[in-house]
Amino acid sequence: MKPLKTVRSLAVPLIVDNIDTDIIIPSREMKSVSKTGLSDGLFAGWRYTAVGSREINPDFVLNDAKYADAEILLSGDNMGCGSSREHAAWALAEYGFRVVIARSFNPIFRGNCIRNGILPVKLSPEPIAKAEGPITVNLEAMTITAEAGDSWSFELETEAREMLLEGLDPIDLTLKRAADIAAFREADRARRPWIYNLKAG
Amino acid sequence: MGKTAFEKIWDAHRVSEIGDETDLILIDRILLHERTGGVALKSLHASGRQVNDPAQVFATMDHIVDTLPGRSDNTLMPTGRDFILATREASKEAGISLFDLNDRRQGIVHVISPELGIILPGATLVCPDSHTCSQGALGGLAWGIGSSEAEHALATSTLRVNKPKTMRITIDGELSPGVTAKDLALYIISEISSSGAVGHMIEYAGSAVTALDVEARLTLCNMATELGAFSAFIAPDEKVYKYLKGRDYAPKGEDWTAALEQWKTIFTDADARFDKDVMLSGSDVPPMVSWGTSPQQSMPVTDDVPHYSEVSSRDSRDSYDRAIAYMDLEPGEPLRSFSIDAAFIGSCTNSRLSDLRRAADILIGQKVAPHVKAICVPGSTSVKALAEAEGLDQIFLDAGFEWRESGCSMCFFAGGESFGAEERVITSTNRNFESRQGPKTRSHLASPETVAMSAIMGHIADARMLAGKESR
Repeated sequence: MKPLKTVRSLAVPLIVDNIDTDIIIPSREMKSVSKTGLSDGLFAGWRYTAVGSREINPDFVLNDAKYADAEILLSGDNMGCGSSREHAAWALAEYGFRVVIARSFNPIFRGNCIRNGILPVKLSPEPIAKAEGPITVNLEAMTITAEAGDSWSFELETEAREMLLEGLDPIDLTLKRAADIAAFREADRARRPWIYNLKAG
Repeated sequence: MGKTAFEKIWDAHRVSEIGDETDLILIDRILLHERTGGVALKSLHASGRQVNDPAQVFATMDHIVDTLPGRSDNTLMPTGRDFILATREASKEAGISLFDLNDRRQGIVHVISPELGIILPGATLVCPDSHTCSQGALGGLAWGIGSSEAEHALATSTLRVNKPKTMRITIDGELSPGVTAKDLALYIISEISSSGAVGHMIEYAGSAVTALDVEARLTLCNMATELGAFSAFIAPDEKVYKYLKGRDYAPKGEDWTAALEQWKTIFTDADARFDKDVMLSGSDVPPMVSWGTSPQQSMPVTDDVPHYSEVSSRDSRDSYDRAIAYMDLEPGEPLRSFSIDAAFIGSCTNSRLSDLRRAADILIGQKVAPHVKAICVPGSTSVKALAEAEGLDQIFLDAGFEWRESGCSMCFFAGGESFGAEERVITSTNRNFESRQGPKTRSHLASPETVAMSAIMGHIADARMLAGKESR
């Protein structure tokens, strides 16, 4: 996973509440058993004029040419609610987003972002949307600054911050504790044998 | 200070602390389906890792597989076959149990897990599916994850989890006749909003909750994800023990006795504190139907479509306007005046035997309105067989419903079958999102009773109209 330290870009103002993962990527756009090839389907229902079409909907903010290289997305309350499909995070990452700033996040979507190198920032999006020009997100300092000097600070749990800063794979980190896990399971087996005696009968 | 039931389960599964707010939590059961599970297994394999304990992993075919009679690996969804074949192959390679097409144990993952005794009180269970919270109804800690987290759980039998806050929703009193767990779920979401439980683990409590049978509890917990919750839980009781006894993977013999003893310790201590406490009254809950494109946009079936002023405390002006336009509704008009094009009974919310029985009670001797396409999809192959054994299939068929093979079916549009553009559907499912059930399809969430009654009337209807009718 690509480490994420600072991101400087325009922020795309898609400030809508309850954007669900069906909107981020409709089920019909998840065509292969793969984590890639999904960016074309990102926001397909809003980005194109009709289902199955690739004709650009000029009214959709993401299609505004000035945001072509944007890496920061602004959203409203309950961002990423609905289906747990990680395809939503895969599609956002593949499209080029590295930061999502929203008033609140669905927990599964939030976890999926972190595991795919996307920083979820919980902040009120409106003041940030008012900033002129690009903004800079600094994960080490946990700040966002606008060119004009406005700044905001945000919080993130240590675990997620380190994962993102270092681009670490959590499975590798956990596998280093394999012996602890095995010992815990052995003791647990004595306490709760029925959890381990899995024979259908 | 005492502990909540959730904290008791959490502490018993904490392998170690990782960070200030993150623990390494032991996972007892992992469930997969062909939509998100195949890719997790495939990716795990590609990274050269193995499933740590294959005996604790179960996969099923539910999301993509067709539900039309005579189905095969080929699907109406283009490329659906790839998902089915990949999941079958990866399951075999990993040595995990797969409930494949034509297996009596096949079905919607959250229907078959309780049915087979895979979820147990006090157990941790994860599945790359947001409705995994359903299974907390049996007193386990079950939550939905992404595919990467599923890979982590498969490889390590653990997950790194931020401990959620706790929230108790107490519903005292009795539900009125004709009001179901589905109505209660929609009522709660409309009261506290779609983000009302973000970051929280919910415990449902109170006399209206304990009065529910296990299948109704599954319906209630199913929609916790529609509140943004981490998951939901109901303390296990005699109803749960009785439900589980003798099921395929439930403990047997000495294990059963030992398990039962431990399960009886899973309750919230009287002096335990929750981060949030919400109190609602069961007698306030009416039969509910969603009017908009978020489950929080739900209302009593007998009311008029709300004006903005009536919902402004929950909905932003933009969300409201967008939903009214998308759903093609007229504020101030009775919801019951809107004609429907289709009716759907199924999904992990409402496709269990008791759901089908209650819908059949409405449908018996009745006919679906001629312009309505009506479909019933049992939640599992076992539910289908049990329903057929008591003749429910014939009641559905005689009324004009299609009677399908089990699966998630048209709860969502995957690119194959759909209800069609701008069609209005009354549905026993859980999500009324834009284009969820088909491109531009307009979905109204409701109980199986309300769906059945609306199918007969041809417009959104109150099933209590049939009150006084002999019930089963």
